[in-house]
Amino acid sequence: MPVDIDIAKVAKLARLALSPEALAEYDSQLQDILAHAERVGALPTEGVPPTSHPLPMTNAFRPDEATDSLDREEVLEQAPDREGEYFRVPRILGE
Amino acid sequence: MSDLADLAVREAASLMRRGDVSSLEITNAVIDRAGVTESHLHAYLTFNQDAARAAAGEADAARAAGRNGGLFHGIPIALKDNLTTRGTETTAGSKILSGYVPPYSATVVNRLRDRYAVILGKTNLDEFAMGSSTENSAYGPTRNPWDTERVPGGSSGGSAAAVAVGSALAALGSDTGGSIRQPASLCGIVGVKPTYGLVSRYGLIAFASSLDQIGPFARTVGDAAGLLEAIAGHDIHDATSYRGDVPPISTALQTGVAGMKIGVVKELSGDGIDHEVAAACRAMYSKLETAGARVTEVSLPASETALSAYYLIAPAEASANLARFDGVRYGLRVDGDTTEEMMARTRAEGFGPEVARRILLGTYALSAGYYDAFYGQAQKVRTLVRRDFEAAYEDVDVLVSPTSPTTAFPIGERIADPLSMYYADVCTIASNLAGDPSGSVPISLDSAGLPIGLQIMAPALHEEQLFRVAAEVERLAEFRQRPELATSEVRPA
Repeated sequence: MPVDIDIAKVAKLARLALSPEALAEYDSQLQDILAHAERVGALPTEGVPPTSHPLPMTNAFRPDEATDSLDREEVLEQAPDREGEYFRVPRILGE
Repeated sequence: MSDLADLAVREAASLMRRGDVSSLEITNAVIDRAGVTESHLHAYLTFNQDAARAAAGEADAARAAGRNGGLFHGIPIALKDNLTTRGTETTAGSKILSGYVPPYSATVVNRLRDRYAVILGKTNLDEFAMGSSTENSAYGPTRNPWDTERVPGGSSGGSAAAVAVGSALAALGSDTGGSIRQPASLCGIVGVKPTYGLVSRYGLIAFASSLDQIGPFARTVGDAAGLLEAIAGHDIHDATSYRGDVPPISTALQTGVAGMKIGVVKELSGDGIDHEVAAACRAMYSKLETAGARVTEVSLPASETALSAYYLIAPAEASANLARFDGVRYGLRVDGDTTEEMMARTRAEGFGPEVARRILLGTYALSAGYYDAFYGQAQKVRTLVRRDFEAAYEDVDVLVSPTSPTTAFPIGERIADPLSMYYADVCTIASNLAGDPSGSVPISLDSAGLPIGLQIMAPALHEEQLFRVAAEVERLAEFRQRPELATSEVRPA
């Protein structure tokens, strides 16, 4: 069964500015992979709960104590662009 | 032993304890080995010989001052380049992190440094650990020390190649679907993926957080056990790290397998497994029986669908985890008129094809309208995979199978066909979905002279059973061969 993929929409959701040629190639590869992945639908799973995580844990608590955090200057040094103590980005809103 | 670079960790540690050799001498031997092998293999992305010599000197001074860091005191080791190292570039094999110098170190790195281990450098990997051949690195492939026209496996191919050839005595890797075990198998060394949560993931650049686990590479089972013991245990920085006691591991090595029940996974014995690999594994099962184990065949019916579930779950988690690479706080930025345009251009330019493919796949599998059919259904299959293991472990102590369906394949053979590459993980992924420990031990060479590994799987937090069988397999296999590159006369390329 061919899988219905709007590859341009998926690339937009994933924030990947891909060329039309690249999108066409990914579209065809994803068709192949998803055709294989569709086998997950072949097993009877009625009443089977999903597993999202291998450990049966709910909350993980730790003592509420102040500890050192990362060095601010060392962190900001890695930023492609900064202004003082802030990360700097291009304008957020469109035209 | 003619060359210190060929020592097992335990041998090196006892020579240092007796004062026969220094960490600096061992470290220099390993640096010399890398000087010969790196031009053939490209196992390392960063190799810090000056820092390594300085750390070796400190380890020697600490020992002289009466301090004892344990088995890894003064031992030169390598780290997969998806483990953050404060002050040392960490790229995860990606162009998007080129030049990134982390402001913190992974917990496993701190634990090894605290024990006076000598860190040689950072090893090559498939970009963000996505791949089974180390060909997806943005910095070029690593080659297999047994045949440099072939892949070392992946994604931790650099760590596996370095340990196999002696440009490290041991190494750390990460395993999300087989990325420690499969390269260990293809390079003829020991590699172990511990129980999920046994080792802190803090500082491991995340691929799929419910599957990722850090683990050891070594040339012997005992060394792998020692390295796991050095890094295991609860960490306040990883909320999913296990809070109980670390299971006893090294003490299990001499126990033997008499009376143990070993299950051979039926679905991983025939179809799709290379006949030489299957035959070598069968020969080892007979030896284990002779050694006193009871070997039976066990069926894991959902395992045939596990690969499909994995290639939905892992990309789904990856698409969320890799959202953080957006050109704002670190790494590459490609300019754009708006922040959104900058992000989309940065990501398109910074991610290689396999990473982009998995982000697209994961984004699709999680998107409205497809979630239930793909991601939701894959999570239910994951439950069935776990139930298969639980049922199997009511009857047997461990499960065994080949680690990889084939020995090392030629560079370039599968890179254009994602599905054939994904199939390299067919034997290993079920353990990640279940969260159980699993390891690979070399058993023999095929007719082309390429290593074959046996996979041993055990119930969660029963590493001692895994290592008990692994140690016996190591004794029975008597696998002592080394790649020619490690044993030949020095011949720089």
